[in-house]
Amino acid sequence: MTAETANEHAPKEKWGRHKKLERNVALMGVFAFLAVTVGGIVEIAPLFWIDNTIEKVDGVRPYTPLEQAGRNIYVREGCYVCHSQMIRPFRDEVERYGHYSLAAESMYDHPFQWGSKRTGPDLARVGGRYSDEWHQQHLKNPQSVVPESVMPQYAFLAENDLKAGDMSASLTALSRVGVPYTKTDIEKANEDLKTQADASADGSDLVKRYPKAQVRDYDGNPDRLTEMDALIAYLQMLGTLVDVNGAKAQEELAKERGR
Amino acid sequence: MESVVARAGMWLAALFVAIVFFVNAVDTGFAVHMAIFGLAALAGLVISLRKTDYLAVANGTRLAVDQGRYDDDLIRIGVILTTFWGVVGFLVGLVIASQLAFPALNLGLEWTNFGRIRPLHTSAVIFAFGGTALITTSFYIVQRTCRARLALPGLARFVFWGYQLFIVLAATGYVLGISQSKEYAEPEWYVDLWLTIVWVAYLAVFVGTIMKRTEPHIYVANWFFLSFILTVAMLHVVNNINIPVSIFGAQSYPLFGGVQGALVQWWYGHNAVGFFLTAGFLAMMYYFVPKQAERPVYSYRLSIIHFWGLIFLYIWAGPHHLHYTALPDWAQTLGMVFSIMLWMPSWGGMINGLMTLNGAWDKVRTDPIIRMMVLSLAFYGMSTFEGPMMSIKSVNSLSHYTDWTIGHVHSGALGWNGMITFSAIYYLAPRLWGRERLYSLRMVNWHFWLATLGIVFYASSMWVTGIMEGLMWREYGADGYLVNSFAETVAAKHPMYLLRAFGGVLYLSGAIIMAINVWQTVAGKLRQEEPLRQAAYDAAADRPLPAVAAE
Repeated sequence: MTAETANEHAPKEKWGRHKKLERNVALMGVFAFLAVTVGGIVEIAPLFWIDNTIEKVDGVRPYTPLEQAGRNIYVREGCYVCHSQMIRPFRDEVERYGHYSLAAESMYDHPFQWGSKRTGPDLARVGGRYSDEWHQQHLKNPQSVVPESVMPQYAFLAENDLKAGDMSASLTALSRVGVPYTKTDIEKANEDLKTQADASADGSDLVKRYPKAQVRDYDGNPDRLTEMDALIAYLQMLGTLVDVNGAKAQEELAKERGR
Repeated sequence: MESVVARAGMWLAALFVAIVFFVNAVDTGFAVHMAIFGLAALAGLVISLRKTDYLAVANGTRLAVDQGRYDDDLIRIGVILTTFWGVVGFLVGLVIASQLAFPALNLGLEWTNFGRIRPLHTSAVIFAFGGTALITTSFYIVQRTCRARLALPGLARFVFWGYQLFIVLAATGYVLGISQSKEYAEPEWYVDLWLTIVWVAYLAVFVGTIMKRTEPHIYVANWFFLSFILTVAMLHVVNNINIPVSIFGAQSYPLFGGVQGALVQWWYGHNAVGFFLTAGFLAMMYYFVPKQAERPVYSYRLSIIHFWGLIFLYIWAGPHHLHYTALPDWAQTLGMVFSIMLWMPSWGGMINGLMTLNGAWDKVRTDPIIRMMVLSLAFYGMSTFEGPMMSIKSVNSLSHYTDWTIGHVHSGALGWNGMITFSAIYYLAPRLWGRERLYSLRMVNWHFWLATLGIVFYASSMWVTGIMEGLMWREYGADGYLVNSFAETVAAKHPMYLLRAFGGVLYLSGAIIMAINVWQTVAGKLRQEEPLRQAAYDAAADRPLPAVAAE
């Protein structure tokens, strides 16, 4: 339609200004870009400076090198496509999985693994619910412990040596994205990795720096450090850091707004 | 001559960089990927050296490109590759659907487990099938609607093949266990960087062609393509700011974690749907539907309103993926409100597409390609109604984490994205290869019905499982205890998983029929068949019978 015909029909005139955009790709691009930035800025930016986004909670700490190595395997295998790590504040979920998840509990998760689908159950508080032996058996052959399960078999985890790479480099990268590892944590990362999976090692220094860290052999094979060790170490600590049922925690949670 | 040397030097430098990274690689996955990079650079080097007409360069008699013809070489390859990736993506989808029904099909191997193959499926259909379709059709449409040959033809080739390299890197990465486990953004940092380079080049080619246009106005399809390219660039870059553990290794950690990471991811994830699978495909709709129907777009004003409404509102909708999570409530509510508002511009697009058929509705009966387009728009309408409904917090409390979401996604993906892409392929194939018509229109009809039935099986079985498991999870007995263990809900879904896989078989067979049809069309064959047409009419028989005197 030309400008002349637009003038002939008076009501169409108010759309005339849009014609400027239609004739100029730079203008069109700038306006389109402005239109798509507003929403993101309004919704995302405040999360970085509004205080109550993440309520401070006692007990949350960065992952130990072994737990982080297990988490890397969890991420590598894409466990998030079937397992969530985010318990919603509903009666049935709280009874099934435990206290609803707090923002602080995933504050050191890079990437977050809240998930979007529960083909399998939620894992946010799976730590300590089952024995290490159960996890070994379940990961090797899920159907042998849960006949209805549709989970794939992860027997190869017990056969693969844990090749975590240089954990000091991992912790350095994590500290660059904001996880508060200390200098000592980073220096001792490779040592800590082995210590935590060794039942006979002295883990007192590790536990001092990472409270509630569990030191033991996880895969039932004390001679080897396998991927199974790391993954079970990660699973067994999920949701165990915050004492959600303690009196003080309950009091704080009662004050929490916005959920 | 200089350009040949420069081009070869560039490929050689790329090859050298790939070798350096390959030699220093700290993990096998990264080494494999650098080898693939190196092979790609080598292929680029060989092709650019072999394609050069040295005699012409030496004599200075290189023929100028004929500006009077559209640059369709890439588009022909793109149509074939879109078909190919479609079949691959649907096949992998069928495999993972079967794995959920029969877990033994995971084979117990790390490379074939559901956790690694599921991203392979989603990336194959969204980025390989959908992405190749978008690049291909955008190059076709922008040339026709601007009446200009593609700008920067060398860069356009880089965009096309660079994007295919991205697909290969992403797909091999998942199988090898290279993933950052962020939904629809699984590729690792160096693949993200590669895609960023390709995408900026894509923007340059697209905008360059628009600037070359001989039509005064930019056609509405190009508004949608432009916003799709710009927004995907923004989303991709922000969501993939990562710190690599080593620049010689595949692994990295995303800058944003926890709550912020979740919202950035779903701001990305939802708008991958909004801009990749909606705005880009609406652009295809705005070209191919009027062309196939031979009718103008229904309403110019509606296209303006719904374009700006859609791109402005879509961006806000991400938080509806995080209802009742640890994301602050105000963000969830904002996401829900905007998701509901989004219903309107979405239906604006559907109405504008469907009403374009005004005066040509009879073609739904006679033209299976138009029928496919109409069904595609109908599914677009249905899934953009279902989406806002599911974003309502109380509905979401039931539907979230269940198969209902999977069903919703597939009614959009199989119905809207799949069908509009198939009809675009059917539109393009005879024109690009200069054939009189498609090999077979009756096969298009078969494809239409197989795909439609497949979607019906898929979506309805997922509605049933989704709502069933949602209700079973929250079911309380008279004694005040939860009735079902989680394992019981898994067992209850088995029959529906079989039906879903059956739907997948139907949909895949439709796509295979399309592949045969495209193949034969390219080969220049015409199937001998009864034409699809209206009811038979015999003019000689169309007369009153005069009374015959009794003898």
